[in-house]
Amino acid sequence: MCLGVPGKVVEIWEADGTRMATVDFGGVRKEVCLAYVPDVVIGDYTIVHVGFALTKLDEKSALETLELFRSVGLLDEELGVSFDPR
Amino acid sequence: MKYLDEFSDPDLAASLLEEIRQTVTQPWAIMEVCGGQTHTIIRNGIDQLLPEQVTLIHGPGCPVCVTPLETIDRALAIAARPDVIFCSFGDMIRVPGSSTDLFRIKSDGGDIRIVYSPLDAVRLAQANPDKQVVFFGIGFETTAPANAMTVTMAKQLGLTNFSLLVSHVLVPPAIRAIMDAPTRRVQGFLAAGHVCTVMGMSQYTTLVDEYHVPIVVTGFEPLDVLEGIRRVLVQLEAGRAELENAYARAVHPDGNPTAQAVVNEVFTTCDRAWRGIGVIPQSGWRLSDEYAEFDAELRFDVQAITAEESPLCRSGEVLQGLIKPNQCSAFGKECTPRKPLGAPMVSSEGACAAYYQFRRLDAEVSA
Repeated sequence: MCLGVPGKVVEIWEADGTRMATVDFGGVRKEVCLAYVPDVVIGDYTIVHVGFALTKLDEKSALETLELFRSVGLLDEELGVSFDPR
Repeated sequence: MKYLDEFSDPDLAASLLEEIRQTVTQPWAIMEVCGGQTHTIIRNGIDQLLPEQVTLIHGPGCPVCVTPLETIDRALAIAARPDVIFCSFGDMIRVPGSSTDLFRIKSDGGDIRIVYSPLDAVRLAQANPDKQVVFFGIGFETTAPANAMTVTMAKQLGLTNFSLLVSHVLVPPAIRAIMDAPTRRVQGFLAAGHVCTVMGMSQYTTLVDEYHVPIVVTGFEPLDVLEGIRRVLVQLEAGRAELENAYARAVHPDGNPTAQAVVNEVFTTCDRAWRGIGVIPQSGWRLSDEYAEFDAELRFDVQAITAEESPLCRSGEVLQGLIKPNQCSAFGKECTPRKPLGAPMVSSEGACAAYYQFRRLDAEVSA
């Protein structure tokens, strides 16, 4: 649960005064809160934990980590892909 | 060497292992605090690739595993209420309470939702004004900024039907408790990378100096873990005790000050019971007085619920690093991921689940 998955910010908007983004995790897209990374812009990579971006990450590291997570089956688990909250 | 191919860079892994072999001259015991790192170690067989003198002790860094039974029973009592939508991370669903679990409460008609983010719970509260929406806010420092933000959002949005059942735990006091224990074997630590991404590294400087113990902050990937182990061993062999950052790509020495500010506003430090370990002073966060109205324990008056652990389950000793999971007589027999006795068999970060999943069924092989 402390893993955090790197993804690429593809869209940014405001919701109820909070900076939100769509983040692409190697094809899976999630809504992510950017409140803790005020300097992140579209195109940046960031480490996301339970829907919150925690820090920027360089592209090379991000892509390597994503590939590793995918290869060991951690990506879906960390992104909660198999779960539907609603 | 059968596992080396599974590293993202097998050549680098081999050279790190060779450096480790050349460094080590005597027995050393290193604890990886984080459950994510435990899974990396077992999945990739890192413990079996290391020289025999190096023992890895699996630490208590699985938030689901250390959440006390009575907190789980309180969660179950709240979740069973007809007026409640109870939201949790998926890991918690099958963790056994004293007499039931969230999954069974859901089967019996309880409204239990598995969410990816605590923000989903805030949205559920907005969409269901006639229901009480409760989020089970567990985790280490990594998860705290997310959980704290939900409370500030609920306050801003004026949501009176949202609350948080908080069981947050902190890494530095746990390291302190491990170093103070008379049974301690640990001589060096791998600290959890993303905890430091949030909190920074300054808290660990004190621990390094006070206990003269090397601490290396590292990540969750096999090469990160291997490099962290190598750096701890180099320090131990040289008689040094320093704080090192082997995960600089994601950890700034100051952490994330924006996140720390929100966490410090919403939470306040408190004594916290760790399942299998006991109360560790000042090792948790609870909601601060300013946000007490969002405290589910107060809102649903469940503080009187107490619980007794199963005598069969030795997860306390596993969590303290005193035994390996496969040294428990219930491991793989009375206790499996489908029918767990204790939380470490349930959580994706639990040491027992790691041993079961990656076929460490025989205590003689890897103990």
